[in-house]
Parts: sequence; structure tokens; C-alpha cells
Amino acid sequence: MTDLTRIDGAELAGLLASGEVSSVEATQAHLDRIAAVDGEIHAFLHVNAGALDEARRIDERRAAGEQLHELAGAPVAIKDVLCTIGMPSTSGSRILEGWVPPYDATPVARLKAAGLVALGKTNMDEFAMGSSTEHSAYGPTRNPWDRERIPGGSGGGSAAAVAAFEAPFALGSDTGGSIRQPAAVTGSVGVKPTYGGVSRYGAIALASSLDQVGPVSRTVLDSALIHDVIGGHDPHDSTSLQREWPSFAAAAREGAAAGSLQGLKVGVIRELDSEGIAPDVHARFQEAVRLIEGAGGEVVEVSVPSIEYAVAAYYLILPAEASSNLARFDSVRFGLRVERPGQTVEDVMAASREAGFGAEVKRRIILGTYALSAGYYDAYYGSAQQVRTLIQRDFDAAFAQVDLLVSPAAPTTAFRFGEKVGDPLAMYANDITTIPANLAGIPGMALPMGLGDDGLPVGLQLLAPLFEDARLYRAGATIEALLAEQWGGILAHQAPQLTEVAR
Amino acid sequence: MSEITREQVQHLAGLARIALTDDEVTSLTTELGAIVDAIAKVSEAVGPDVPATSHPVPLANVTRADVEGGTLTHEQAFAGAPSHDGERFRVSAILGEEQ
Repeated sequence: MTDLTRIDGAELAGLLASGEVSSVEATQAHLDRIAAVDGEIHAFLHVNAGALDEARRIDERRAAGEQLHELAGAPVAIKDVLCTIGMPSTSGSRILEGWVPPYDATPVARLKAAGLVALGKTNMDEFAMGSSTEHSAYGPTRNPWDRERIPGGSGGGSAAAVAAFEAPFALGSDTGGSIRQPAAVTGSVGVKPTYGGVSRYGAIALASSLDQVGPVSRTVLDSALIHDVIGGHDPHDSTSLQREWPSFAAAAREGAAAGSLQGLKVGVIRELDSEGIAPDVHARFQEAVRLIEGAGGEVVEVSVPSIEYAVAAYYLILPAEASSNLARFDSVRFGLRVERPGQTVEDVMAASREAGFGAEVKRRIILGTYALSAGYYDAYYGSAQQVRTLIQRDFDAAFAQVDLLVSPAAPTTAFRFGEKVGDPLAMYANDITTIPANLAGIPGMALPMGLGDDGLPVGLQLLAPLFEDARLYRAGATIEALLAEQWGGILAHQAPQLTEVAR
Repeated sequence: MSEITREQVQHLAGLARIALTDDEVTSLTTELGAIVDAIAKVSEAVGPDVPATSHPVPLANVTRADVEGGTLTHEQAFAGAPSHDGERFRVSAILGEEQ
């Protein structure tokens, strides 16, 4: 019998739709895998006790002849930043420990409506602030490729879950790379959609002008299938875009079938192809560029000069927005309350926030409060917003010359635990490859492009103009198919086998 | 070099309603100084003629029809509250004795 955890999501969905496999079997297989390996990986903060009941209901509906969505019955992992009825939603923070939201985030509601079965909630850096999951209040997630290494962040839990075959599909959120960087360092695929392409309703806000929910998986097609379900206009999010999106799954299937990038103009971002990129990542990137050329893509070098200021602008805009968003954790309506008799509500708030927030969250709230203070606002926050305009203009100019931009998705392979956690600036600098897309709002994808000198995954980043997410899926699927031909399968299958503990 | 002082960090922590410990104030004073030095370069990147961007895809006047939408019941709204009386969230005294 096929190991249901090893096959792609699309293949599993096919077996479910044809009735060869039940949702209960598929869900049980993944729950068993979680029980066997998650003690080591710690991708999950919570496993859904109701998953098998949900799966059974899908099986009953299918048996009754109901016409279900093509992914109905397939299991999915949900990043803990997303609100879920019946499952705690903590955003990786002590201040929300045990909090069960009274509503589902829109992307979660849409997955449920399509009949997908939530396996549980995945670990993350607290409030999505971090690039390693070391800032999770519940302990780090380990990289399935090397358990001494970080799985990326903030969405290290979702990326590790798919890389460790604990789930075929997962949801992430990407504010400065929290989907793409974890995908890169775990040999997975992750997509940050165009800003406004997926509803943010029910995603616990970090920086509202940057946050975007998106898919995480082992293949490009699987991400596309999830994107098709979660995307589209939502009246609950005032920044949600009202437009008709094409089928991303169709784009991915076309791309894989085409086997060629003939006619595609591809730009290599000069500023992300040099300084700060590790030699082995650079080497894999050069090979990827040659592969694109070999497949008929026309490659030119382009410049996005304002990238020089992207990290600085991001680390002003993000803390400013985060300090406002996190003001809602005031110990009144939900979350932790720490109080002593005789204290005023203001004392209680300050004591609760002191006890409930971790070091990185405090650092960014204080930084954001500083950046928004009278006397500093224009020099810092105001200038950062102007830099944002420059970056958008640079991307507009680049996309006037090319259809797609490429760069390494992360400057290095997965680093070791403890390597950067004591040095916030080193951690922030690691985000240079992914941050520009969030500032500009454009869609981006990370997909595997090989292994570094240390045998750990290296990710390729594709960027497309606003609203052109389909280009990522078309080209991404072509590149993935050509690489799989070289490797004899997708990269995820080269990961070392994890020891399964007996239950 | 930026001149972030302990007093400044304490003031910011008060504004942000976080009761930092003395050790935290010490480490944040150092860290914040270094971070501010690193990010201050944004001001050299732009001139006054560059407009600011607040959202990547500008939308104007997003409204919905003026009809009642779905709302939470009292029970749902209070489900995660640290303290409530069934109709209201309960908090400590708003004013201190000296006020």
C-alpha cells in the first residue's frame, strides 16, 4: 500500500476523489506520522482532536454521492497565526496561551468549506517576528533536514510539517518572508500572493500593510491548489482585492506540461546576486539561471537599486505597525491577565504585557513606539514610507523589461540554533532577499533549487508584477519539473529519513 | 550614533504599557541604539519630492452596504475574557488613589 504521507497533495486528492482512499485513512496516516516524528521536529503546537470526525463526515458525504471539491478530505496544517474555531490560536505567544477564537480566519473557513481537514496548528516565531522559530514562546521547531538547524521563520512550523511529511499542504503568512524563507531552508515550496489576493481576516495582525496569507507545500501544483481555494475577495478585509483571478492550478499544470520557458524574459536582480549571498547558494543560483536559459528563457540582469534601503525601511514600517496592532493585547477582552490587588487597569496592562510578550516582541514594540514618536516620525517612519515608493518604482522599471525576476530565496542554507538569536541585526539582515516583495506588494515564490555544500536545501525565489501570481506558478512548475527530471524526483524526497518513534 | 538613553527606553515602555525590568531596560538601551543606527539610513535615501506609500495597492473608500452583518453572541465574546460579569468585561480600577 502507498504511504499516504509521502505522495504529493494533488496525487492524494486524486485518490480521495476516486474513492481509492478515504479521508479517514489519509488523515489517520498523517496523524500517525505526526505522533511518530513531531516529538523531534515540533512543527505542531496543537493537533486537532476532531480531525478524524471531520474526515469521517467528508467520507460520508462522498459516499452519499455529493459532488465535493477536488481537495475534499485532504489534510492541511494551519499556521498558529490564523484564528480557528475549536483550536487554540496563540500566534506563538504566551499572551494568547490557550485562547480559542470565536471565529475562523477566512482562509481557514474557505479550506473547511472545500472539505479539507485541519490537522492542527503549526509553530512560529512569536507574532511572526523572526526568521528561525527561536522566538516562539513554545520552543523552536527543528529542521527535518538537520535537527540542529533552524527551519526558518516565522513559519518554520508549516514548512517543517510539509518537509517532514506530516502534512501535504499548509498555510503560512508572509510579512517579510515568513513563507518563502522557511520554504527555502526546508526544501519546500511557499508562495506569498499579491497583497490583497488572500484575505487577512482572522490572521492575527503583525504589520497590516505587509502581511499576506499563502500556501506552503512540497510541490508548486500543491501550493497552487491551495491558493485557488483561499484566494479571492472577502468583504471582511478592506484591503482585499476585487478582481477575477485565473486558476493557479491550471497555470501550474500548464507550466509542468510545457517543459519550456520559451518567450519568457527573466531578470536576475543584481543587488541580490552578490554581497551577503553565501558561495554555495550563489553557485546553485547560477545553475538555476543556466537551467532557465537552457529551457528557452531569455535572461538579463536588472537593477533594483533601492533594495539597499529595504531592510532599514522594513524594520521601521514593521515595528511601527506592529506596535499599534499589538496594543489590542491589553488583558481586557482576551489573553493573559497578570494582576495584584490594588493595581489600576493601566498597571495590570503593563504587568500582563511584560509577562506575556517575549524579548523580540518587546524590542519591536519599543522600536515602533520610538519610530512613531513626535520629533522622529518624519525622519524615520515618513522616510521609510518614501523608500517604499522608490522600491515600487524600481520594480515597475524592472518589470517593464522582464516578465519575471529571480534571486536566491535566502542568503544562506539553514543556520544553527543560537547562531543569530543574540544579534537582532544579523537576524534582520537575513531577510534581505524576501523583504522587497512585501514592501512593493508583489507576489513571490520560493522553490527548491538544490543543496548547499552542507547538504541542506537552497531555495530559488521568483517574483512577478502585482496581480501576476499565475506567472509564478507557470514558470515555477516548469523549473520544478526540469529539476525533478535531473534529480529523479522532487527535492523533498532527498531529505534524510526521520526516526519514527513507536507509539 | 543615536543617543538612546535609559530614560528614553523607560518612557517608551510606559507609552507601550510594558512594565520592563531594569535588566530589560539595560539591554534594550544598547540594542535599540544599534538598531536605530542601522535603520537611520532611510532618511538619506529620499528627498522631499518622493511621495509616501502606506499600502502597496491603494484602494479608496472601501465601504459595505449599511446592513447588519454577523456578530458575536455575548457568550462568544466573553469566552476568552480574563474576567466578565456576563454583560461587560471586568477590569481593575481605572483611576488610582492619588487620582
